[in-house]
Amino acid sequence: MPERQPLLRVEGLAHYFDVSPPLLNRVFEGKKRLFLKAVDDVSFHIKPGETFALVGESGCGKSTVARLIVRLYDPMRGTIEFEGQDISHVESRKDFLNFRRKAQMIFQDPYASLNPRWRVRDIVGEPIRAFGLLKDGETLDGRVGVLLNQVGLSPSDGDKYPHEFSGGQRQRISIARALSSNPDFLVCDEPTSALDVSVQAQILNLMKQLQRDLGLTYLFISHDLAVVYHMADHVGVMYLGRLAEVADSQSLFTRPRHPYTRLLLDALPDLENVGRERTPVAGEVPNPINPPPGCGFHPRCPFASERCRSERPELMAVDDGFVSCHAVEEGRMPEGIELPPLAETPD
Amino acid sequence: MAEPLLKVENLRVEFPTRRGTLCAVDDVSFHIQPGEVLGVVGESGAGKSMTGIAVIGLLEAPGRIAGGRIVLEGQRIDDLPYEEKRKLRGRKIGAIFQDPLTSLNPLYTVERQLIETIRTHLEVSESEAFERAVSLLREVGIPAPEQRIKHYPHQFSGGMRQRVVIALALCAEPSLIIADEPTTALDVSIQAQIITLLKRLCRDHGTSVMLVTHDMGVIAETAHRVAVMYAGRLVEVGPVKDVVRNPSHPYTAGLMASIPVIGRKVENLSQIDGSMPRLNAIPEGCAFSPRCPQVMERCRRERPPLDTRGRTEVSCWLHAGESVDA
Repeated sequence: MPERQPLLRVEGLAHYFDVSPPLLNRVFEGKKRLFLKAVDDVSFHIKPGETFALVGESGCGKSTVARLIVRLYDPMRGTIEFEGQDISHVESRKDFLNFRRKAQMIFQDPYASLNPRWRVRDIVGEPIRAFGLLKDGETLDGRVGVLLNQVGLSPSDGDKYPHEFSGGQRQRISIARALSSNPDFLVCDEPTSALDVSVQAQILNLMKQLQRDLGLTYLFISHDLAVVYHMADHVGVMYLGRLAEVADSQSLFTRPRHPYTRLLLDALPDLENVGRERTPVAGEVPNPINPPPGCGFHPRCPFASERCRSERPELMAVDDGFVSCHAVEEGRMPEGIELPPLAETPD
Repeated sequence: MAEPLLKVENLRVEFPTRRGTLCAVDDVSFHIQPGEVLGVVGESGAGKSMTGIAVIGLLEAPGRIAGGRIVLEGQRIDDLPYEEKRKLRGRKIGAIFQDPLTSLNPLYTVERQLIETIRTHLEVSESEAFERAVSLLREVGIPAPEQRIKHYPHQFSGGMRQRVVIALALCAEPSLIIADEPTTALDVSIQAQIITLLKRLCRDHGTSVMLVTHDMGVIAETAHRVAVMYAGRLVEVGPVKDVVRNPSHPYTAGLMASIPVIGRKVENLSQIDGSMPRLNAIPEGCAFSPRCPQVMERCRRERPPLDTRGRTEVSCWLHAGESVDA
């Protein structure tokens, strides 16, 4: 796929959180330093105008990836290339601000992400002021009005405070704020998880509309596979801080390769299948501070072999994506069958 | 048809405020048969949790039941004195709430909480209660229950904690369980485990469940019948197949169409414009009329009654005058 340069290329991204006991406990009780490997060796790329989604259960590191990419955290290892420039360690403040203007973020909780003491006009106008983006003859209020119109609010809403709006309208304000610096790239961290389904539909439709109109590129973080199916062109499935599978949306949902992807798809409650009886896969996501050796998924995986328990699978290219699984590599995975039930895994 | 286990008739829950009385639950009637799972869906603020809270008798002042009746096993329970209601809770009606961490006491071991609950409701000795607690934990799928029972809630994962909460609800073999968003705080794979567990337990024990959730997928897999609420009112009640596949009320239809479905690729999701009215600004006539794509003049003036249409009951003027009985 060499026709278009990716807008964003992430290589070997890693970020560990230090969760060690306090120094005194380490000195006197001999406790060890502990690291939580929130993100470990994650690589993917996003082409301009596309939506790349990261899915996974809570604690899999998807939000950490989002925060690393907009540099809310500094990556410990790995590179983040934006428009061909490595922004993981930019030296000049000017380059960094330029990146910040082009990449904006929408957060999950529209109640926590808007300053309750600011009027909407100030919230949406701040990036314009900060980056000095007003063109000649344009007023700040005028620009904010246009932005509010664009997200389906009225320019007169600029005088109000966030508490006067419902959750869906607040998320529209967040989107207007993100758009105010004319970005090319939006990182959306669970933008609709806090919303009701009918409001979620409104916000997802708005985001698709804006993508068409403005040519935006999205990194879309979600735990909801149906929403990801609706929004994404490419999908990365994360488990315990690592990518289990990357594929284009169509093949991921029709031919999932990794056993974990199959588990996720199978666990989804199904509207079309009223009163379905099923045998859910047992076990839970292990503690990321102390992940199992080998493949992180092996304690829950019905296809786990001796190799899976000792050797960590690397992400390898398959015809239309990437997957990290020994069973797929060795051809042990039966194609397109339901997952067999698992015995309860001990804690 | 057998006598329903729970009958709610014209229930009305009000909150008096300085700016007038808000009606959180407005003229809601439904029933639950023994062994039946009734799903109650709606968006936030639709009154679904409030209905559950009113049934279990946990409505806090200034909220009050302003009208209607709640009848459990032939006995009226909404006007019982406080102490009587307290005995009913746990013994006849169990409760499972959304957040398993806040419904367990963090300072007590699981053992102490289970035994306390069992001995409150049943005349058993300490050791019998312990035996029962262990077997309950085993039944809800907690591995090594003899050891795990000594642990505190924070030592359990979210899914395991919700299993403990379910065990607590089952302590006295209640005939009805109110489950308010029992899987909302959980990941999908854990959610699937908890749904399967709930379904199995209800079948084994013949327990009825009122399952309150916003997730249509969970309802579709779990419930026998479903009640859809909007702005404190019931808009549609019927067998889950009919409501999910062939909704009668325009709100249910809009809700169903706005849910993204894997395998159904659409450019735009169908959306209901606007949002649910606030409780102090519920429009006259049908509460859904300002957002309804099929609104008629009559909808803005008169409130539609809940009418039977085939196997479902629906509150919409579109279906007025259609078949009365099936």
